[in-house]
This record gives sequence, C-alpha cells and structure tokens, in this order.
Amino acid sequence: MNTKEMRIDILRMALAAKSQGAHLGGSLSMVEIMAALYGSVMKLDPGNMENKYRDRLVISKGHGVMAQYVALKQLGLLTEEQLLTYKSNNTAVNAHPSVNAALGIEFAGGSLGQGLSLGVGLALALRCKGNAASRVFVVLGDGECDEGSVWEAAMSASHYALNNIVTIVDRNGLQYDGPTEDILALADLEAKWKSFGWNAVTVNGHDVDALVNALSARPGRPLAIVAETVKGKGVSFMEHAAQWHNGVVTQRIFDQAMAELEAES
Amino acid sequence: MIDFTSTNIRLWSRLGSCGAFGQAALSLPETKEKTVILTADVCNFSGLDRFRASYPDRVYNVGIAEQNMIGIAAGMAREGFTPFATTYAAFATMRCADQIKLCMGYMNLPVKLVGLSAGFSVGILGPTHMSLEDVAFMRALPNVVILSPADCTATVKAALAAAQLAAPVYLRLTGSMNNPIIYKEDFEFEVGKAIELRAGDDIAIIATGSMVLHALKAAELLEQEGLFAEVLDMHTVTPLDMEAVEKACAKNLIVTVEEHSVIGGMGGAVAEALALKPSRPPHLLLGARGAYPHAGDYPFLLEYSGLTAPQIAGRIFETYKELF
Repeated sequence: MNTKEMRIDILRMALAAKSQGAHLGGSLSMVEIMAALYGSVMKLDPGNMENKYRDRLVISKGHGVMAQYVALKQLGLLTEEQLLTYKSNNTAVNAHPSVNAALGIEFAGGSLGQGLSLGVGLALALRCKGNAASRVFVVLGDGECDEGSVWEAAMSASHYALNNIVTIVDRNGLQYDGPTEDILALADLEAKWKSFGWNAVTVNGHDVDALVNALSARPGRPLAIVAETVKGKGVSFMEHAAQWHNGVVTQRIFDQAMAELEAES
Repeated sequence: MIDFTSTNIRLWSRLGSCGAFGQAALSLPETKEKTVILTADVCNFSGLDRFRASYPDRVYNVGIAEQNMIGIAAGMAREGFTPFATTYAAFATMRCADQIKLCMGYMNLPVKLVGLSAGFSVGILGPTHMSLEDVAFMRALPNVVILSPADCTATVKAALAAAQLAAPVYLRLTGSMNNPIIYKEDFEFEVGKAIELRAGDDIAIIATGSMVLHALKAAELLEQEGLFAEVLDMHTVTPLDMEAVEKACAKNLIVTVEEHSVIGGMGGAVAEALALKPSRPPHLLLGARGAYPHAGDYPFLLEYSGLTAPQIAGRIFETYKELF
C-alpha cells in the first residue's frame, strides 16, 4: 500500500471536514499498521468483504478510522469522492466507524475499551464454528488501555487460549490531554500484555515490514504487538503534538502539510 | 423438547425464575442450534449446571467481568450465534450500560441479556443487589425488546421466545424461589401481546413480572369492597401492547404495578403512551419510590414499598374513593 498517498488522503479528508476538525494524530500514527494489515497480512477478498473465511478487523480506537478509510480506498472499496464526504451528514465515512459489512467494518466504534471484547467474541465464535482459517485483528490505542474493560478482555483471551486473535496497540504515547505517562502511566505495555498471558512483542510501528513480520507469527496463544509510533506521523508540526489529537485543518495548514508529505521520498 | 407438564411446572416454580431459566436453557439448542450461554460467575446461581454438563462447549463463564461479557456476546452474535448473557439484573444492565448501548441499542446485535433477581428478591444483600432502575435504562434504548414474565412457566416461555426473536432482548426475571404458579399449563406467550387474566369493569390493573400475582390477589380484595378490576399481565414492556392499553382506557382508573422504580418502568411506558390522549382515566403508578430501603428479605421489602396484595388493594381503594 502507498502510505504516502494514505497520509495525503487523510489530510484531504481533514480539510474537507473544515471547522469540524479531524482526529489527525491517531489516524496518522496508524497508517503503517493499516498498510501492513490490509496490504499484506489480512486474508480478504476486496470483491467480497463478507467472505466467511476473511480475517476480521476491529478498529477499537474508533477515532483513528480515517486510516482505515484510506486503506479501503487503496483496495478500491472507497473512492476519493466518498472520502471527501468525511464528517458530512449521513456519510458512510463517519468520524467514528459505523457497521458496514460490505466494507468489512465489523463493528461501530467511538466508545473506547470495547473492541477487544468484541474481538474475543469473534474469535470464540470462529473457533466454535471450526473456522481455523480466519484470524481476528483488533487495533487499540495506547490511551485506550486506560479502560479497565480492555484488561477484562485481555484476561479472557488468554483464559480461553485463543490462538486466533491479535491485538495491535498503537503506542503513540499521547492521549487527548497529553503524554500517556503523565495522564495515567502505562509503563511497560509489552510486560503488561505478557503478564496477562499474551505473547507480546514491541516493534517499530512505522516499519511495514517489521509489522508484517510480527503479525505473521502464530504463537499458539493470543498475540499482542506494541507498535511504537509517532502521533501525527508525517507532518512535522503535528508530530508528538497532543493538540493535533483532534484539530482543524485550514487551507494554509493543509498546504504546509502537503508540501511536507509530497516532498517525502 | 420442553414439556409443560404439571410436574415440570411445579418443579420450575420450586426452583424460582433463575432455575426455571436454566431448565429452559436446556432445550434452547434444540430449537436454536447456535445457542451459547455466557455468565459472569453465576453459572450455578443461573441454574445452568445441567446446561453446562450437556453442552460444555456452549457455556462461557467470563468471571466477574460483565462489560467483557456483553462484548463477547455481541461478537458471537455478529457471527450468527444466539448468545444469552446472564447475571444479577443490577450488574447485567447498569454495570455495562455503555456496552449495552453500543451492542444492543446502536448495533442492534441480537444479544439476549438475562437479568436475574431483578427487583427485591436478593434485597437481603442490600441496595447494591436490588435492581429497580434496569427497565428505565433498557427502555431508553432503541431496538431492545423487554420481557418480564409473571411466573416460572412464563419465564420458560419467554426464554424460548427470546431465542426466536431476531432482536436484542432483555429478559427480566423477578420473584424468589418457590415462585407461585399463575400459568398452570402451556399457554400462548406472544411477544408484545398482554394477557387478560381477570375481567372487571371499574379498574384496569396492568401488572408485570412478580407483581401480576399480587395484582390478582389485590383484585380479589377489591371485589370484596365492591370494586371490579381487570388484571392484565403486561409481560412485554417493549414493544408495549398499545391495543391493550387503549382498551384499559375504558375503565375508570388505570393502575400499573411493578417491582421497579415508578420512574421509567412499565408504568412510565403506559403513561407516556397515553400522554397525548385528550380523554383518558387517571393513572395510579405503583412501584418502588424514594430512597433505597434497608437490606431485608423479600416479604419485608415488598411491604416496605407497599407492594403486597393488601397494600396494593388499599392504595387502589383509597385512590378510587378520592376520585369518584
């Protein structure tokens, strides 16, 4: 997948949202995660996103959904015209995902801490049905890991010895109000997942090959990938900047950002 | 198949509504092959021991983690399963309100949420275990069907009906062990269709769950005072049986009775349904009101809340005399 184009599309969507603003920081940080999943790892048929042997993807950090939409455009499932309806009334590309089976958007999102439980439900259901071909991928935000329900779900996945669920934590280090370590320290996330019975690794979340490699592992139990990322990745003034968690992109800001993104090799 | 023999009906009554649900669960996989049951550390209390023995791979005890239970149930529903999720009503609903809103209200996933010991039946454990607000919350959600069976026979019927519905369902179980029998044999339980158990021209008592029995007894007491009350079993709170409510307007007084707060429960649903009607009888809402009572056993708490049959009859009699 063309991650440069994905970031440009995210900026275009943000511009289209005008003064409503857009969740840029957490969308830009997970572009490579989406590229690795949709471009290499996930089993899917763009011609039939409801194929029962597809891999399931749950974007639990619903505010990062722009990164999913631009990946779906790379697959030819969304057009640029559709992307530009972002945040308009009745659009298919909402600020937070709503269920869209045809696009492979399994669940609605927006209220944090719920996606991993939904993913555990999917993984158990696939096992009950004898579908060993499909895996479940759940993308969490690091700030989202403040929610206790994430850890209820984490415990249950290892309790049920699920070997078909993978969690990717977008470890961008920032939440709405500032650094995660200042708001509610997450400390060593990899160690936390390991202590909950998961196989856990930390990788560079902007290195698609490293992500693909980590995502391809089949440890025989739940797999957590702590993807170290930069919030706002790709636009210098948005990087590491909590104020771009949700921000308004004016034409001037858009032009500045585009100059940087297009200059990128 | 589940048999509605008098032996079984007496057994279910002895077990109480939780045990009756467990008995009904045994037959669910026969009619709904993809039934699964989730519970939050109350497998035994839910009467699910036999189900677990018969279908060990269809029971998931998620531990004391109700929010996760709802999410897992919703995930399984998304994959075509019919998940029943059970725990105490207070924790089944309010503990995981946001998960329920997302999964059952917004996404309309057919999770069957079973609220055990709703109302006062485990009130000896204190207000934490009383569930007097659950219907108010569940009623505010779109899509969710709310069933509130009157006895253990109706509990079995409601569980079977819930499995067949494509909608998300909240099955609210009230009453204690040795739950008195109202339905002595098999009967037609149609979701959204109230059952007239007693005819009477003066008053319509619309009752739900455990209060149906008390309403029937209250109606007998009122008859001794020369007042004739119809008694309706409003076993479905959502969708409300509007036809039955309209018909009740032919009486002089409508009374609603429920083991739930008078705010937002079945009585509230009836009041809202009639709000715009220019000509309708006055409506007396009976249920729990005010501060939480002190912990106490079931008869104590019903008495405290004025929900025993003589108290219900007394309140109705006084109100009727004041008005007419």
